[in-house]
Amino acid sequence: MIDRSEIPLDTPIEPVPAKAERPALRIARDFVQSPAAVIGLIGFLVIATAAILAPWITPQNPYDLAQLDIMEGRLPPLAESFAGQTWWLGTDDQGRDMLSAIIYGLRISLAVGASSTLAALLIGAGLGLVAAYYGGKVETAIMRVVDLQLSFPAILVALILLAILGRGVDKVVIALIIVQWAYYARTIRGTALVERSKEYVEAARCLALGSRRILFHHLLPNCLPPLIVIATVQVANAIALEATLSFLGVGVPITEPSLGLLISNGYGYMLSGDYWISFFPGIALLITIVCINLMGDQLRDILNPRLQR
Amino acid sequence: MLVYLIRRLSQSAFVLVAMAVLVFIGIYAVGNPVDVLINPEADLAERQATIERLGLDRPLYEQFWLFVTKALQGDLGRSFLHAEPALPLILERLPATLELAGVAMLIAVFVGVPLGMIAGLRAGKPAGKTIMAGSILGFSLPNFWQGLMLIMIFAVMLGWLPAGGRGETVEVFGIGWSFLTLDGWAHLLLPAINVALYKTSLVIRLARAGTREVALQDYVKFARAKGLSERRVVLVHMLKNIMIPVVTVLGLELGNVIAFAVVTETVFAWPGMGKLLIDSIVNLDRPVVVAYLLLTVVIFIFINLVVDIAYSLLDPRVRLSDKGS
Repeated sequence: MIDRSEIPLDTPIEPVPAKAERPALRIARDFVQSPAAVIGLIGFLVIATAAILAPWITPQNPYDLAQLDIMEGRLPPLAESFAGQTWWLGTDDQGRDMLSAIIYGLRISLAVGASSTLAALLIGAGLGLVAAYYGGKVETAIMRVVDLQLSFPAILVALILLAILGRGVDKVVIALIIVQWAYYARTIRGTALVERSKEYVEAARCLALGSRRILFHHLLPNCLPPLIVIATVQVANAIALEATLSFLGVGVPITEPSLGLLISNGYGYMLSGDYWISFFPGIALLITIVCINLMGDQLRDILNPRLQR
Repeated sequence: MLVYLIRRLSQSAFVLVAMAVLVFIGIYAVGNPVDVLINPEADLAERQATIERLGLDRPLYEQFWLFVTKALQGDLGRSFLHAEPALPLILERLPATLELAGVAMLIAVFVGVPLGMIAGLRAGKPAGKTIMAGSILGFSLPNFWQGLMLIMIFAVMLGWLPAGGRGETVEVFGIGWSFLTLDGWAHLLLPAINVALYKTSLVIRLARAGTREVALQDYVKFARAKGLSERRVVLVHMLKNIMIPVVTVLGLELGNVIAFAVVTETVFAWPGMGKLLIDSIVNLDRPVVVAYLLLTVVIFIFINLVVDIAYSLLDPRVRLSDKGS
């Protein structure tokens, strides 16, 4: 408490500048308040780092046939190889170290999930923004397609697309983009319709700014929060969908095994009791998805304007 | 209501036409239709005969017309593999899929609603937190892997239930149903649980959110003030109001369940439509894939239509807001 009598009366009152906290900082501060979200973030970072550094940290290159020994096939976890090396998670039928195969598989799963989500985000957000801003026939046309697509489950659309396109990493990415874009288009349109009628957009129009500038410099940044939430959850969904498609045999080719394909590979041996070939890739997949979902849950709470203090 | 119905029906018709055009383009633009529709093992004479029969040598608009009229007559081509018309082949497997979907939905409601209500009434307490953590897990578990684990635990390790296939069936109205026999239930249980887990998580979340909202309403306070027992307040006054969103979402999810049954059917070798689709894709049996696609489109349009109409009957606000758009 300041004793006002001590301040000379002629001291000019300096306005205390309102501390404008950067939104990114605020989000980061709110984010770490949930222990679950922090665990999710740390878990995801560990997984992503392991996936990126796969060639340097794995005990074995699972694609290098010279390093595989079929005599060491289907060894249970913690078994020792002839060379005295420990197979922490066991080996598959080809004598491949499961730990190495999983880390390499994570690489493909994460890359497919992240790239397809990003591309779908760009396409969907762009179209949704255009629909909301221009309205009229453009909007009707775009939103009809969105409605049409969202009335069918993603897995069905993806299955049919891949049945036509055939197997391949690039084709899976294309299918996942087509499956996902409509979510973003619908979400951003809803937000943008609200934002469009706000004063700052009107102000920007009065300044005679070009529509591209208004769209991407004024409207887009204000429509981002819900998109970020959906994109986070969609990365998890895309990874799960890719794994499902690969498991069903229409996803990635055998030469580039993702987690789903590893699980599919172990399916046959599971009935004879060799659980680890399917079990551990599934655990890796599960942990990845849970970590992303934990982050997504917290982001949803932070970025929801209705819950903001 | 009549106007709404007519508008809604015309929308469905539009979607149907749009999908027919898309499927047609899909077959004709992506691959050579001759390769798609004719068995690659057919000899030259057979090939020529089929081309003429299907009119593949005619102009495109005539082909489209032929495709549409044939589809309307239910002729969606013959399976290469089974040498049978594709449509009956799929319809034959529809009851198995519906049975799976129906049992899964029942499990989701009868497990999900009570758990969700407990989570809502005990929000923030250990019981509520445990249920919500379980529901996050239920959302995150990859469906196919979860199925594998169910097989591993209950079929391989414990040996309680069979690992796959459909059990003994009883014919009712010429259709085989397996939920009437004990053996049928043994085979049905694991796949149904597998389909139900994700839906149960969804229902838990809906019921929890509903309970938390409803618990603050005046009529609940009034019921308590009247001195009604807690059991009556929860089971009558609250439950009824929670069920509206649950029923709506489950109606919309029915289509999803049928689609996701593809995964479960493959894992558990359940002889339904979904397994047929995967087998047909793997074996390049394209007429079956095309027929499946058109059939599911029709099923989906039908489900969406029924849900929309039922919803507009239950909640007149929906109909009114539709007029504005």
